[in-house]
Amino acid sequence: MTEIIKTDALIVGAGPVGLFAVFELGLLDIKAHVLDILPKIGGQCSELYPEKPIYDIPGFPTITGQGLVDNLMKQIEPFHPTFHFNEQVEQLESIGTPAAPLFRVRTNGDLTFEAKTVIIAAGGGSFQPKKPPVPGIEAYENISVFYAVRKMESFRGKRVLIVGGGDSALDWSLNLAPIAERVILMHRRDEFRAAPHSVNAMRELVAAGKMDLTLGQMTGLKGEGGELSAVTVKANDGSIYDFECNRMMPFFGLTMKLGPIADWGLNLHENLVPVDTEKFETNVPGVFAIGDINTYPGKLKLILSGFHEAALAAQKANRYVFPDKKVVFQYTTSSSSLQKKLGVG
Amino acid sequence: MVKITFIDAAGQSRIVEAEEGSTVMEAAIRNDVSGIEAECGGACACATCHVYVDDSWLEKLPKAESMEEDMLDFAYDVRPASRLSCQIRVTAEIDGLVLHTPEQQG
Repeated sequence: MTEIIKTDALIVGAGPVGLFAVFELGLLDIKAHVLDILPKIGGQCSELYPEKPIYDIPGFPTITGQGLVDNLMKQIEPFHPTFHFNEQVEQLESIGTPAAPLFRVRTNGDLTFEAKTVIIAAGGGSFQPKKPPVPGIEAYENISVFYAVRKMESFRGKRVLIVGGGDSALDWSLNLAPIAERVILMHRRDEFRAAPHSVNAMRELVAAGKMDLTLGQMTGLKGEGGELSAVTVKANDGSIYDFECNRMMPFFGLTMKLGPIADWGLNLHENLVPVDTEKFETNVPGVFAIGDINTYPGKLKLILSGFHEAALAAQKANRYVFPDKKVVFQYTTSSSSLQKKLGVG
Repeated sequence: MVKITFIDAAGQSRIVEAEEGSTVMEAAIRNDVSGIEAECGGACACATCHVYVDDSWLEKLPKAESMEEDMLDFAYDVRPASRLSCQIRVTAEIDGLVLHTPEQQG
């Protein structure tokens, strides 16, 4: 049995809205743990458009995705949230009552939380590896087709086809070349997005005869019982041939999927979580949904809407976490107690 | 308004009107053109608005920039005529453009 992490609030998703929820909860003395399936903070802002300017954040005529995330991290620093990365919530179980909610939350990485409130700020869902639409690929997944490397040793002595042209494809080609019987990198063109030094290192290995590079696209898989024997490749000249290999790793970037949220006992509407607009609470008391993941009449998927939703959800969360506390609304401009919490008083 | 024809993988064709200055992807989404997902909303970050430019238009469109080529790596069944529709700007010059949507956006 792993240790149970007890927390006032568990925030699912470390995007801008999840981060700002830490701030709003923190002003109310509510301690938060934050988890994300990505290995870093920022959600879509960091993953999809770190360098792109955003023009509709109030008070910032222009700010990049990463700039906003960096600022939010600075803003929530006084509240010392605990982050858990590479974690996806698999199970959410209610073990309290509607008046005094308590949730046991388990992740795919074997973490268990006991949280008085859960705030879902999961955006478009969880980022997951994009699967190539090759017929029947599911039968091979986690047997001979992998979207990530868990144990390098399992590739020892294998003929590994790596598909893609970005950093993941290049990094794993370089890492596995000394271990595998043979690493073959396949990409649709002879230009790579990956860091130039990795590309150079790859070209050196190819020149030294230590790995192969082939240009083309995958169209089919052959094998039995999940064990791959060959990949059908369409070369750039249009010819189609079978390429022998017994391990394959496609790196086609990430896509957003709702994921296990669908199994948490929440009402869903077109893959979104309906909430009220007073507290942004779901049909389960104590579970809130804020940001792009929620829906209500008039919903706009804007970061600024998510910030507002975080503030109101925090007010209701306050009543669950501190049922006996007298609620007095205060402004950061004038309240000495809030300023003390922010470390500026 | 600029007219753009979308032909899906099954051969069904649809003509939509696009506003100059917008992108072809935006016109497709506004008109519910099937086969265009545009998951990232036009940030050139997802490759789910992949289209094939009709042969008759290949020479007339401005070429893809390197950022778009990079993102096309994430699309499937990429061909020489592949483009991301969020990166095609609607101008009077492309009135009558014909695009084919792929069977799957991934």
